[in-house]
Amino acid sequence: MEYLKAFVVGGLFCALGQVLIDYTKLTPARILVSYVVAGVALGALGIYQPLVEFAGAGASVPLAGFGNLLAGGVKEAVAREGFLGIFTGGLTACAGGVAAALCCALVMALVFRPREK
Amino acid sequence: MTDQEYAKRNQLASAPTKSWKNIPLAFLSGGAICTAGELIRQAALAAGLEEKTAALAVSLSLIAAASLLTGLGLYDKIAKHAGAGTLVPITGFSNAMTSPAMEFKSEGIILGLGAKMFVIAGPVIVYGIAASVVYGLILWLARL
Repeated sequence: MEYLKAFVVGGLFCALGQVLIDYTKLTPARILVSYVVAGVALGALGIYQPLVEFAGAGASVPLAGFGNLLAGGVKEAVAREGFLGIFTGGLTACAGGVAAALCCALVMALVFRPREK
Repeated sequence: MTDQEYAKRNQLASAPTKSWKNIPLAFLSGGAICTAGELIRQAALAAGLEEKTAALAVSLSLIAAASLLTGLGLYDKIAKHAGAGTLVPITGFSNAMTSPAMEFKSEGIILGLGAKMFVIAGPVIVYGIAASVVYGLILWLARL
């Protein structure tokens, strides 16, 4: 059941992305930015976290979940550190993911050669 | 991925006649990636990790897997069919960093690899963090 919920909710996020690609002029980069910013907004409004609790990875894996993570991080940091938390919360929350993506990209780029398409 | 490639992929994907195929494919492939994430999450929870740590384990595993598949040249092949299904999940973010890093290595490891890695990921981080700072500011003002 957990898996079905993750599949359907995650699938719907991606289907929505495909609708945006097919029916609007939005480039993939704009879509990614929109998802993250929307995730921050929905997280701030308290809408996204219940969805994560419902669908697990189905809601946390799409990039909107990354936005929600930022919103959650800021909320905690402001509660803990006050004013400075405004600036530390977001990056602290996403530090693991960003550092991993960065290091993986670096290693892969050093190891592999790009292929002809 | 370069801008031209992105434009090309976008153009390919935006032929409206193909939507009957594109949208279900995006749903299925994106759903499959999230299900894989859920598998890792359940395994992490079963291993006794906390909810937050389990979520991090999911992100890190998917990011590493997507980066490796990009390095092997497989991610782009899957993405050709999966469209947004491989773009919207965190794997798409990982691919968007690894792909230009490889592509632009030829322009040097500092201003090529190091800088171009952020063509897509940079804006995502900039606007994501900016939005989170706005939210933080609102939270802070609300506490005064």
